[in-house]
Amino acid sequence: MKAAAFDYIRPETLGAAITLLSKHGPDAKLIAGGQSLLPALNLRLSAPGLLIDIGRLAELRDITLADRTLHIGAGCTHAHVMNHPIVQRHAPLIARALTEVAHPAIRARGTFGGSLANADPAAELPACALALDAVMHAQGPEGPRRIPAAHFFTSLFETALAPDEVLTGVDIPIQGDTQWGFAELARRTGDYAMVGLAAVARPGTIRLGWFSVGQTAILAHRAAAILTEGGPLEAACTALADDLPAHDDPQASAAMRLHLARVLLRRVVGAWGER
Amino acid sequence: MSGIETMGSEATGPRMRVTLTVNGADHDIQLDPRTTLLDALREHLGLTGTKVGCNHGTCGACTVHIDGRRQLSCLMLAAAAAGSAITTIEGLAGADGAPHPMQAAFVAHDALQCGYCTPGQIMSAVACVAEGHAGSDDEIREYMSGNLCRCAAYPNIVAAVREVAGSTMAEAA
Repeated sequence: MKAAAFDYIRPETLGAAITLLSKHGPDAKLIAGGQSLLPALNLRLSAPGLLIDIGRLAELRDITLADRTLHIGAGCTHAHVMNHPIVQRHAPLIARALTEVAHPAIRARGTFGGSLANADPAAELPACALALDAVMHAQGPEGPRRIPAAHFFTSLFETALAPDEVLTGVDIPIQGDTQWGFAELARRTGDYAMVGLAAVARPGTIRLGWFSVGQTAILAHRAAAILTEGGPLEAACTALADDLPAHDDPQASAAMRLHLARVLLRRVVGAWGER
Repeated sequence: MSGIETMGSEATGPRMRVTLTVNGADHDIQLDPRTTLLDALREHLGLTGTKVGCNHGTCGACTVHIDGRRQLSCLMLAAAAAGSAITTIEGLAGADGAPHPMQAAFVAHDALQCGYCTPGQIMSAVACVAEGHAGSDDEIREYMSGNLCRCAAYPNIVAAVREVAGSTMAEAA
C-alpha cells in the first residue's frame, strides 16, 4: 500500500516551519526521521495534505550541558544521542534505553524529539522522560514554552503540544547521586516491548517510568513512594497492581503484564541493593 | 541548495523535480512526493539491487548508505534524500569493478541461500564494520539484527563480517 497524496516541503528554518504549520493547521504534519510516520502514511493510518520536513534543521541538533541541565535537541538522531559522550556520562539511562530502540539503521535516522512527540505508549523514550523528570521545550507562533514530562503525554499518540507547536528539545536535570536502571521484555531484539521500566533514584525521590502498559507511558506513584520511604521491594511490587492500568492486548493479558512488571521491578531495584 | 523543486498542484503524479546523488552521480528525476527512496532507486533509476522486502522497516532488505550511514530506503521519502550522498549495492565495487571485500567475503563464506536479503545484509555489514560494531560474534549478531534472512544463513553471514572486520583491524594496527 502507498500513502495518500501529500505535498512535501523542507523549510530552511524553524521559524519558517512554524509559519507553515500555523498556516496549514491540522492538514499539515511535521516529519523528521519519519521512522514511525512513513509506515503510518503507507498504511494510511495518517493522511496529511502537507508534510513539513524539519529533519535537517541544524538549530534542533544541539546537545549541551549547562547549569546541571542536559539539553538534547529534538532533531538529534537516536544514534547521535546514544553515542554522545555527554549523554553517556550524565544520562546513561537514555544511552542504555536507546540500545533497545529498533535496529541500527532506524536509529541512524529516527530522532529523539520525534519519538517523544509521537508518544507511542510502547516506546522507550517517553518513559525515560518521565523517570528523569525531563522538561519539554515547545515553540509556536506565540514563542517558546516549557512543558514538564509529567504533563506532556496526554493520551494514545497524543501530547500537550498545540497543533502549531514544534517540540524543539528536552532538558534533563542532572543530579550527581542518581541511581538508574532500565529493563524491558520483548520477544525479539528490536521489537516493541510487552512491558518496560525506566527507573531513576535521586536524593529524596524515586521515579518509575513504565511503557507498554496502557494508553501512555506512566509513572508508578504508589510503588515509587514505598521505595522512596525505604519500604520493602515486595510491597512496591504489590502496589504496582494499583499503579498500572489493567491492560490487555494480543501480546499479553493484564495478569501476565502485571507479573512481568513485577519481575522487572525486582530486577532493576534489586540490583540497586547489591551496589 | 536543496535539490528540490515543486512543479504543480495536481493531486497525484510527477509533481516534484529532485536531484538524487547516487553512487557518485547526480540524477534529476520527476516524481510524486509520496515516492520512497526505495521506489525511486528501483523504478526511476533502474537500480534494482536494493530489494523490496517488508516495505515498512522490519526486514532490512532495502538498506542503503545515506551520507555514509546505513538507513532504510523504504522508510525515507526520495525528496528527503535529495542533497545527501546515497550509496547502493551497485556502488560498492571498486573503480576497477572488483567486488568490495564484504561482497567477496559473502561469496567465500557462502553467506546466502536465495540471495534476496543479501544486498541489504552487505550494506549493513559494511556499515557495521565501519561503526566499530564487529568486535565479537555476539556484537556482530546484535548490530546485524535489523537484517532478516529467511534462509537463516546467519552463521555464514557472521563469519563473513568477522573476516572483513579482522582484516580491517589488522590494516589499522
